[in-house]
Amino acid sequence: MAKFTKKKDGDLPAVSTASLPDIVFMLLFFFMTVTTMKDSSLLVENTLPNATEIKKLEKKDRVIYIYVGKPTQEYQSVFGTEPRIQLNDKFANVDEVGSYILAERANKPQELQNVLTTALKVDKNANMGLITDIKQQLREVNALKVNYTTYEGDAFNNLQ
Amino acid sequence: MPRRKGAPEVNAGSMADIAFLLLIFFLVTTTIETDAGLDRMLPPIEPPEEDVIIKQKNIFTVNINKNGQLLVEDELMNLKNLRNAATAFLENNADGSCNYCKGRKDAASSDNPTKAIISLKNDRETKYSTYITVQNELVGAYNDLRNREAQRLYNQDFTKMEAEYLNPETPSAVRDDLKDKVKRIQDMFPQKLSEAETSTN
Repeated sequence: MAKFTKKKDGDLPAVSTASLPDIVFMLLFFFMTVTTMKDSSLLVENTLPNATEIKKLEKKDRVIYIYVGKPTQEYQSVFGTEPRIQLNDKFANVDEVGSYILAERANKPQELQNVLTTALKVDKNANMGLITDIKQQLREVNALKVNYTTYEGDAFNNLQ
Repeated sequence: MPRRKGAPEVNAGSMADIAFLLLIFFLVTTTIETDAGLDRMLPPIEPPEEDVIIKQKNIFTVNINKNGQLLVEDELMNLKNLRNAATAFLENNADGSCNYCKGRKDAASSDNPTKAIISLKNDRETKYSTYITVQNELVGAYNDLRNREAQRLYNQDFTKMEAEYLNPETPSAVRDDLKDKVKRIQDMFPQKLSEAETSTN
């Protein structure tokens, strides 16, 4: 008994765990916000061009993303250095764009299926040939609303 | 019971406050990035039922070659001058039916803004950045004209009105009011920017 009392007198009491729920909730909220912003990891270089006459893409649930650009360093040995298309998390050919759009569209709620926008996130060093092929594919599946995603900035900086 | 008295518990009452402080800090600092860009409509794949005959003078052709040079109305042009050239073309008002235009009424240029069409063609090897710059300048020409008219009629910029109209956080009463105004300005200078299929050579 003497041993017990001696210990209790000298040591600090146990740290209260009353705030543990708060910390857990905080972490939960934090991760909730973080995970919604992250889309898919980029496999291609994606430096967007600048433009001034831009409109914001509101409502993320109505947007389908297509990434185009040169494969990043680690994929260059497999996929080469020519600009490629990235759909979701993998590289794709031009002729897969149409079916990708249709599949994405089918995943969206019925009422949104007619108001979808395709956001083209294209690296500024890509050539228009590939973009034209994508545009043709989009026309074929009737996904006519496109948004050339850009950064805000002087458009003439693109030319350097 | 002597142990209670011996060492008082650390007060954890403010722990929740600290947690909330951190939570609010993260909420404020992590801006959920909204993308922005140039909105465009692609032409439908089915050709229109009847052929529309458009006078050559109502078409403003812009060609971009693979070196990023511009051929505007069969003349080489610097990209910096494109916006002004497009603006002049759009509000040229050759037939005099547009009473808000300030154009030169050149008989060889467009009849009125509702008939004026800008046709953009590019080469397969044109760089995307050049293409975006040209698109930006052409949309900019429309926006300049629309802003001017919106300033005259409603004392504010069209781009601002449109952004507010499209913003889902704007109250619906304000949106309804803006809808007619935005529509009116859009009809004054309808955006007719045609993107023909790319030339192969």
